[in-house]
Amino acid sequence: MNAYNFAYLDEQTKRMIRRAILKGLAVPGYQVPFASREMPMPYGWGTGGVQVSAAILTPEDRFKVIDQGADDTTNAVSIRKFFERTAGVAVTERTIEASVIQTRHRIPETPLRADQILVYQVPIPEPLRFLEPRETETRKMHSLQEYGLMHVKLYEDISRHGAIATSYAYPVRVAGRYVMDPSPIPKFDNPKLESEAIQLFGAGREQRIYAVPPHTRVVSLDFEDHPFEPTKAEHDCDLCGAADSYLDEVIIDDAGGRMFVCSDADFCRGRREAGQSGAKAGALS
Amino acid sequence: MTLSGAVFGGGFCDAPVESARAFRTAMSALARPGEIGVMGGVHPPAPMSVAAGILVLTLCDPDTGLYLAGDMDTPEVRDWVTFHTGAPLVSANQADFALGRWQALLPLAPYRIGTPEYPDQSATLIAEVAVLEPSGAVLSGPGIRDSALLSVPDVAALRANAAEYPLGLDFFFTCGDRLAGLPRSTRVSEE
Amino acid sequence: MYVAVKGGERAIDNAHAWLAEERRGDRAVAELSPEQIREQLGLAVNRVMAEGSLFDPDLAALAIKQARGDLIEAVFLIRAYRTTLPRFGATDPVDTGAMACDRRISATFKDAPGGQVLGPTFDYTHRLLDFKLAAEGEVPEAPMAEPRREATPHITDFLNNEDIIEREPVSDATPGDLTRVPMAFPAGRDIRLQSLARGDEGFLLGMAYSTQRGYARNHAFVGELRIGRVPVEMEIPELGFAIEIGEIELTECETVNQFKGSKTEPPQFTRGYGLVFGQSERKAIAVALVDRALRWEELGEDNQGAPAQDAEFVLSHADNIQATGFLEHIKLPHYVDFQSELELVRKLRAEAGASATLADREAAE
Repeated sequence: MNAYNFAYLDEQTKRMIRRAILKGLAVPGYQVPFASREMPMPYGWGTGGVQVSAAILTPEDRFKVIDQGADDTTNAVSIRKFFERTAGVAVTERTIEASVIQTRHRIPETPLRADQILVYQVPIPEPLRFLEPRETETRKMHSLQEYGLMHVKLYEDISRHGAIATSYAYPVRVAGRYVMDPSPIPKFDNPKLESEAIQLFGAGREQRIYAVPPHTRVVSLDFEDHPFEPTKAEHDCDLCGAADSYLDEVIIDDAGGRMFVCSDADFCRGRREAGQSGAKAGALS
Repeated sequence: MTLSGAVFGGGFCDAPVESARAFRTAMSALARPGEIGVMGGVHPPAPMSVAAGILVLTLCDPDTGLYLAGDMDTPEVRDWVTFHTGAPLVSANQADFALGRWQALLPLAPYRIGTPEYPDQSATLIAEVAVLEPSGAVLSGPGIRDSALLSVPDVAALRANAAEYPLGLDFFFTCGDRLAGLPRSTRVSEE
Repeated sequence: MYVAVKGGERAIDNAHAWLAEERRGDRAVAELSPEQIREQLGLAVNRVMAEGSLFDPDLAALAIKQARGDLIEAVFLIRAYRTTLPRFGATDPVDTGAMACDRRISATFKDAPGGQVLGPTFDYTHRLLDFKLAAEGEVPEAPMAEPRREATPHITDFLNNEDIIEREPVSDATPGDLTRVPMAFPAGRDIRLQSLARGDEGFLLGMAYSTQRGYARNHAFVGELRIGRVPVEMEIPELGFAIEIGEIELTECETVNQFKGSKTEPPQFTRGYGLVFGQSERKAIAVALVDRALRWEELGEDNQGAPAQDAEFVLSHADNIQATGFLEHIKLPHYVDFQSELELVRKLRAEAGASATLADREAAE
């Protein structure tokens, strides 16, 4: 891969992305259009996150990639390998060791520090898209802060189901201004959007970059009589016993037996290495 | 016009890596108003500071119009910027980036502040200041836990800019090899 | 120890090794060379160049080989390569009027200067499988004629001279480039045509067909369809003049469409335009029809609400690399989101069950 530039992208492309990142940080939650490039992996597979990572990585970084909370999911492996090859960066599976973390669908359980950056892969950056398919319209709605439609949608959920029926990609309002899609993270992760770390969001196919600076107010939309609830499976992790981490439900036998394990693989491993254990830890090792 | 040797020198030695590091410093500064970053490794012609020179090399190219304000608009600076970045030199009202001493950059009215539908289409001003330290005006807003202090040159002008939010200008203040960022989202008040 | 359905690096490497083996197929059969693909599967090569936005038959042939004949995958390989190429500048606009035509037909005139040249077309072949092609054997040489020396004039020029078709505005403005600037709406005709030229042939075929069936019908006549090679010239600032840097094959379709007119303006025909790399005539005609449908606003026509009139709809969905990536990404694990839905549905069911039980009890009392 030596024929390619440091971190794959050419310098002019990186500058274009960097300028978009700065505007994104200056207007938190606003989606900055950028001339997304065709990457050597498919659109929808993290090209936005990959372009943002390529624009921010330095040789000193230690890079972590997670998909569904795990480092060993195939697409995470593939993206990590891409940057090992093209940027020569060190990689890690440990959240606390990473300086840049690219993620799909999760925020790590371990609170992030000021010297870390979280890069999200975003499929559909427009939180209003499923209410209004036209970009020309949604852009107008953002400019006028016309977010009534979103509240109507959430309220319709309540009248039909008795509760807000959005469980992931749950919309948030950033710094009291823009309604933002936090990418398809489970709503359990929404409170972690208020962080010490810089959070950058890249949508390659949709050509948008947006950002949440550290210590920025991020409020999940809700109603007084139906407050926002970050929910998870009502279990403890069967491997490490954690009661406060997001869980994957795994079918373990033909009879449909289940076990619940931490989605954040590093968090779970860390706890087990520290001697914690869950209900099924012994039976499985 | 002939180009002197100084024009060709003073840039990045290893642009991909040095600009990546410089961008991280700049990004952190803009994401955390009040934080003062340090940069080095380039030698721009006077009166441009090291930090301003690095910002220009890191962010400007043929796609971005650059306005050189007041005594920054010298033949040496023009040649250096053109040689190293290819950025077209434009007037204040067309600029994506503007560079100069704070007083020379004023008034702020002509710069682009974006449109309600595209607030990102706004200028970024790189203002050379004589003093840059964590004291003086009180900053609050995104990127700041509670509040931060920064020696900004003109509280009234920056307050007026923040009042336009989400439109407005974004600033880098540079002083020697140091820089601080001040996005439009920051609320600025006197001590 | 429980192992989740997760693939590591080894699984990926093994999958790639298997893929390479499948690509090669039966080793008792001779391997295909990119040269064979370039020479004998030329229309596939043309499609990959057109949708890949890169005129390079050798690379397109290699991409088709690497993609095992999956043309969208081959387009993707070309696009990803194209992004990494440095840009030295822009060429002068090509002059299709100076094209050395291999094929040139007009449906609007029985004959015209330059004549009707059928060229290498499938049009009048009977679609009967030719089993001779299964057996090896040389093809007899086609009859030869003297090529036409002078340029072949555009059919629409004759209509232009009569002022009976709308004039194309002449402009020296630099056209936009959607690969460098993000698409924004409304999009100008330059961006629309670029998007259509790169767009998926199947998508555009369907869109164009829908206009013929009445979804914003625009009564298209193929004024002219021409295929041939044109020289590509570039201004070299150091030289102060343009030099020829190569030659590319193009298909150009100009349609003559329904006329418009008003009390103040006499009726005039309107135009649709398609220009595509290589011999890609189905695509060129489709582009012309869709281009014309998208022009409803500038021509003062009604918005009939037809899909082909909706620029945001057409341009946002014409790119098969964007489409296939997003479509196929749903193969990636989504179990975190599914889990959150599962919890929600269980909770809502439990609450509904509880209130139903309560209602039963109240009814019984």
